[in-house]
Amino acid sequence: MTLPDIIKFVIDLLAVLLLALGIKGLSKVRSAREANILAAFAMLLSVVGLLAYYLGTSGIPTQSWAWIIIGSLVGSLLGTLLAKKVPMTSMPETVALFNGFGGMSSLLVAIGAFLFPFNEGAKAGSIEPFINDVSISVSIFVGAITFSGSIVAMAKLQGWLSTPGWTQVKARHFVNIVFGVTSLLAFVYLIYGNISSIWLLVIASTLLGIGVTLPIGGADMPVVISLLNSYSGIAAAAAGFVVDSQLLIVAGAMVGAAGLILTQVMCKGMNRSLVSVLFGGSLSAQGTTSSGSGEYTNITSCSVEECALTLEAANRVIVVPGYGLAVAQAQHTLREVTKKLEQNGIEVVYAIHPVAGRMPGHMNVLLAEADVPYEQLKEMDIVNPEFPATDVVLVLGANDVVNPQAKNDKSSPLYGMPVLDVQEARTVFVIKRGMSAGYSGIKNDLFDLPNTSMVFGDAKKVLSELIGELKDLGVGEK
Amino acid sequence: MNFDSLLWVLLLGSLLGLELIGKVPPTLHTPLMSGANAISGITMLAALTAIIKAEPNSPLLLIGSISLGFALFNVVGGFFVTDRMLAMFSRKPTKKNK
Repeated sequence: MTLPDIIKFVIDLLAVLLLALGIKGLSKVRSAREANILAAFAMLLSVVGLLAYYLGTSGIPTQSWAWIIIGSLVGSLLGTLLAKKVPMTSMPETVALFNGFGGMSSLLVAIGAFLFPFNEGAKAGSIEPFINDVSISVSIFVGAITFSGSIVAMAKLQGWLSTPGWTQVKARHFVNIVFGVTSLLAFVYLIYGNISSIWLLVIASTLLGIGVTLPIGGADMPVVISLLNSYSGIAAAAAGFVVDSQLLIVAGAMVGAAGLILTQVMCKGMNRSLVSVLFGGSLSAQGTTSSGSGEYTNITSCSVEECALTLEAANRVIVVPGYGLAVAQAQHTLREVTKKLEQNGIEVVYAIHPVAGRMPGHMNVLLAEADVPYEQLKEMDIVNPEFPATDVVLVLGANDVVNPQAKNDKSSPLYGMPVLDVQEARTVFVIKRGMSAGYSGIKNDLFDLPNTSMVFGDAKKVLSELIGELKDLGVGEK
Repeated sequence: MNFDSLLWVLLLGSLLGLELIGKVPPTLHTPLMSGANAISGITMLAALTAIIKAEPNSPLLLIGSISLGFALFNVVGGFFVTDRMLAMFSRKPTKKNK
């Protein structure tokens, strides 16, 4: 080993260690922010190590420097801009977009390495051409799926793409199998030296990514994004084989494995298996045939004024926020309402379902943005026994996570999903735009219960009206 | 590095990843996913290697540079957005202490 080799080795080792500590730290509230900075530092360190290594050995040509600087500047600037500008409500789609671009990066490197072999090992034949080709193919395959899948996921979360009925036909499995088999064939041809089949591989795997992601309903998107995140790690590891970098392989494998665990955790929270998310199609498409659908018979609708009166008389209020709150960007307005209640001595708690919003933790982020004290956010298991002792529950744009069917109706597709027992409270107000079903497309029995009243309207509008009513009642004015 | 050792590296890296996150509070699922996503942009190293070794091959320089751009978009954007999310959590306790 020469000196540059040793230095690079030490730096790589340090970078891996810091990345591992970073991921570890990110899973604890106390250390999360520092861990994120630590991981970012480790990435920077790995770049410095790589550049230093080539400076100390073969040298870096001026032309390469120019391209490095152009690529880095454009990528970093655009990434920073998006990260700073994007509203907190669209976090899930932002992560999807970032993820897709990571997949694109692996895809491009692999194409480059195939068309213009630059790895000395591959050139000199010390790495078997077979292994080199397999690594490149895997990197292209996974990279393309990650890219197209993430872009479709982002478009769906943004509302640019809906889930049209034709995507739910059984034939889609056949089409996807065709894409998969075509990718496999292209893969084999490529290994046997058919250079042009690389484009077939790119196209077929891109289509496969689209074909698999398109039929999946919006409610399952977080799981898909998490899975695609895991894929992008695998793509990075495959790229590590292509350029012969242990650091890349370790980091890619770590992200791949950690992403898989996270995906599993999310699936559990939604009572869905990964297989049914990936191949089951949208839940709403199945819901129509199940016993879960049906007409509402006993809907009580009430005005904002009544809601305000009940709130004023309450001692203890639990707020159940859902995606509707995020869509309406009503977290700040909600905070104003709860501030008024608190000033009147009413105890306010927020019940956070593990998959409230569009991504686990999504609600926590939104409410934190609106300055809700961290201690008031309670997880499902902790808050569930508290509902019977609660006067008023405000359900804001949440639906499936408060459906009692999940506990009572064995034939319901939701059966077994952990839900918040809001119906145990004395009064439940459901603030909702209309009677449309939640993402699962299933009727919510909660709305039919005698202690439930519906307040129809956009969450933000209703909440600001509520502020007005509370003001008239003299709540929160001292 | 020969292929066998690289496979070992892959295996051990995967095991490490499986062990790293056992219990994660739901609060941190989104930031963790976002942070891990930023790390997956480590492909920037592959892009860098391609650019450095590309000379004088202009198409490869271009592909490498675009790839580097995509990767850094993922890395830099990913870390910033994660920090933005986490900043919201950590702000609370400091306020309480005052």
